[in-house]
Amino acid sequence: MQPQPRREILIAGALALVLLVLMPALNAWVPQDSLLHVSNFTINVWGKYLAYGILAISVDLLWGYTGLLSLGQALFFSLGGYMLGMHLMLMIGKLGQYKSDLPDFLVFLGHTFLPAFWKPFYSFAFAMLMVFLLPMLLAKVFGFLAFRSRIKGVYFSILTQALTYGASLMFFRNDMLLGGNNGFTDFKFLLGADIRSAGTQRTLYICTGIALMAVYFGCRWLTRTKFGLIQRAIRDSETRVLFSGYSAANYKLFVFVVAAGIASLGGALYVTQVGIINPSEMTPDKSLEAVVWVAVGGRGTLVGPILGAVVVNALKSWATRAIPDLWLILLGSLFLGVVLFLPEGLISIPAKIRSLFTRSKPLDPQESAVSKANAPAA
Amino acid sequence: MIRACLSLVFFLALELSGAVAAGPAEVVAKAVLLEDKSEEQIALIKELDPTPELISLLTLWKEGGIFLLEGPSNTKIPVVLDPLKGTDDKQAAKLLATGLPHTDSDGKPARLIASDLNAAETDSDLRTAMKSILDLAGLAADDRSARLQAVETLGMEQDPSRLPALRGRLEKETDEEVRHTIREAIALTELKSSDPAAVVIACRTLGELGSIRSQDALKAIAKDSGPTAKAAQEALRKIELHLQAANTWGTIFRGLSLGSVLLVAALGLAVTFGLMGVINMAHGEMIAVGAYTTYVVQCIFGPGLELSPFGIHITLPSLKTSGWIYDSYFLVAIPLSFLTAALAGIALERTVIRFLYRRPLESLLATWGVSLVVQQLFRLTFGANNVQVASPRWLSGHWTFSDVSLGWNRVFVICFAAAIVAGVFLLLARTPLGLLIRAVMQNRSMAACMGVRTERVNLLTFGLGSGLAGLAGAFLSQIGNVGPSLGQSYIVDAFMTVVVGGVGSLFGTIFSALGIGMVDQSLQQILGNPVLGKILVLAGIILFLQWRPAGLFVSRSRSLEN
Repeated sequence: MQPQPRREILIAGALALVLLVLMPALNAWVPQDSLLHVSNFTINVWGKYLAYGILAISVDLLWGYTGLLSLGQALFFSLGGYMLGMHLMLMIGKLGQYKSDLPDFLVFLGHTFLPAFWKPFYSFAFAMLMVFLLPMLLAKVFGFLAFRSRIKGVYFSILTQALTYGASLMFFRNDMLLGGNNGFTDFKFLLGADIRSAGTQRTLYICTGIALMAVYFGCRWLTRTKFGLIQRAIRDSETRVLFSGYSAANYKLFVFVVAAGIASLGGALYVTQVGIINPSEMTPDKSLEAVVWVAVGGRGTLVGPILGAVVVNALKSWATRAIPDLWLILLGSLFLGVVLFLPEGLISIPAKIRSLFTRSKPLDPQESAVSKANAPAA
Repeated sequence: MIRACLSLVFFLALELSGAVAAGPAEVVAKAVLLEDKSEEQIALIKELDPTPELISLLTLWKEGGIFLLEGPSNTKIPVVLDPLKGTDDKQAAKLLATGLPHTDSDGKPARLIASDLNAAETDSDLRTAMKSILDLAGLAADDRSARLQAVETLGMEQDPSRLPALRGRLEKETDEEVRHTIREAIALTELKSSDPAAVVIACRTLGELGSIRSQDALKAIAKDSGPTAKAAQEALRKIELHLQAANTWGTIFRGLSLGSVLLVAALGLAVTFGLMGVINMAHGEMIAVGAYTTYVVQCIFGPGLELSPFGIHITLPSLKTSGWIYDSYFLVAIPLSFLTAALAGIALERTVIRFLYRRPLESLLATWGVSLVVQQLFRLTFGANNVQVASPRWLSGHWTFSDVSLGWNRVFVICFAAAIVAGVFLLLARTPLGLLIRAVMQNRSMAACMGVRTERVNLLTFGLGSGLAGLAGAFLSQIGNVGPSLGQSYIVDAFMTVVVGGVGSLFGTIFSALGIGMVDQSLQQILGNPVLGKILVLAGIILFLQWRPAGLFVSRSRSLEN
């Protein structure tokens, strides 16, 4: 059911051209009153969508390709946001409400000096390192424990949900010294540039786009290696993989750690553009929302999650303004509809329409999974 | 004319007082008239016997319920107002001394507005005196809790002049708890004694009684030196031990009640998830359905309810009941919440879940979608804020048992949990339906071959699980808030409980619910921090699953992939 490789690259290239070159160019060089002008707001919103796209790919890498429905991706996403957020908080300097070197909330809590674990975050390089290191370490530890005892299927989902829930409870506390329920906000500078200026936001948007492209091509490569084949074999029948002599736990652990890193990168980019991170971003509900994007777009493909993230969030932007009361009902029904009637997501619609004309039956999902698993590695 | 009237009144008053000696009302009236001379007032009221009439009079005076009216030639008339208010806010006035209606200049009974009048004032000395009279009187009160209250207050005063009264009461008292408190109060007062031997004995008594209240007084004595200090230290040590024991029992009780809450919330899930293998993320919303049903029933019994979902106005009728009929709304709400939630569950099974029996991960996602929709429907129907569910009176008291307080609603939840566990067990083990349920859950296709209508059994089983969730909702409405996100706060815990217990094992669910409840409460007690305790429990569960990946009770199966 995946689009043909050549066509896929063509489509991705065309999209990249529009999103990465055309939109920023229209934003920077076309005068504001022109019809073709792309507003700063639009750039900002699309930056957010693309960051969500990265999160969606990480969910799909686990769910669509390995059969692990992780409800902890929002945790890794916001951990990335928090790591970069700590650096951004320190960069505010004396421009905060209290005119102190400390972040405002620490002054508010009565602290007179910076806690030791905050100090290294003055360095941007360290913060970026932590963006990857901390979530991947957490994923490594949790994944090791979970996969070693062969926790799989829904149990894995429930456990990751509990992990996320526990973490959000922790981050809501003020004595974590991470801003309590207000989290971090009011950022001023990133690498010396004013973070709220149009130019910086445009650059960040392009960075997010490039990161998304890199993640996309990275995952595309990964899923087409022999590793990817085993990954999908685990999804389809873990026991058979085990009996063939593969250590399924190690494969799953690797994917889980990689996915945590990807989600975290998305979170870091998200924070620079949205300008706020707080514990409500790391609730299990947010993870499930990301799963919705993947399901709507089409799981088991790499374009699907990006499409889903953009479509659902664009819908959300519109609906929360136009019909705020009904938005959750819309989201819930959308999800219900997709799971029941369109299990392969929006991405499968063209193929379905085509099959209507060619009169051939579309492949049964079970069968296609098997045929995919049997296909030789690219 | 007026004078004639007044003299008649006074005459009558004199006549009456002559007949009954000086009644308390009359003396109090006299005292009230002695404004500002508090010493004389105190002397007057202290002479009176502490009868119930005096108590009510003094209480009324203290609370500003006695008013002074301007009488002729600068005299003042103390009156009280009839509690019945007319539509014009006016109340009938009665003369304090005699209880006869106060008449205005035309000889008609006067009707006055309370806020226009001057209340008879009391100064702090007088109030202290009144309080001590009231406390002493409280010793003889018929109401047990009023007696307890009075004894406690007298004990804390540590006034040696109270000792005779306390000792006198101790001889007459029959209630064990009140006796305990009186002994404590006597010993507390004896601590102030100038005789060291009496103090030592008092310390010993307090230690034996495990008196938490006397800790501060004992600490003050323990700072000195000599035998009294030693006795006080000994007593403090004993009290500390008693306190620890009380805390331990309190923790066990709270753990048991939290465990029962978890059990009630998870039992439905143990049926739908454990037996059927359906991940129902909307289980929490089924709990909320039960809780809102209770709320609606309560409103129908009480003031009625107006709802306007989607701009449609629905007015639910009001039965306008009160008293014990109103309090029994809960008994009606219990079966109704089971039924509503069961019907909601059956609807959910028919429309969504039956398509997803073979795709558990997707049933998780689809039911999460349902849960979002249902939550928003609650928000649109009942508002985004929590609604008020009042506990019936028979659930809102508590027992205090050797310094351990047992709330009735908590005790009730424990009993209720035991009852529904027994009910579910009997249903599954002893009825034909239970047999069918177990057969289908063990081997669906074999059961179908034997002629069991598996679709129907699925439907009923899911209805049962959802109904149990509804029951949980009815009970959670008694001990927590009822709001649109009620279910969300229990769903994670409920799933953890079932997973730890071992999926497919009702006994496992019982053990794990009680175990998690106990551990959670003990950690809270040790750490003094509920959130940290909760996080540790979650971490503990993850580690526990390392040791027993399939939970406490493993349901054995020969199938390769489970």
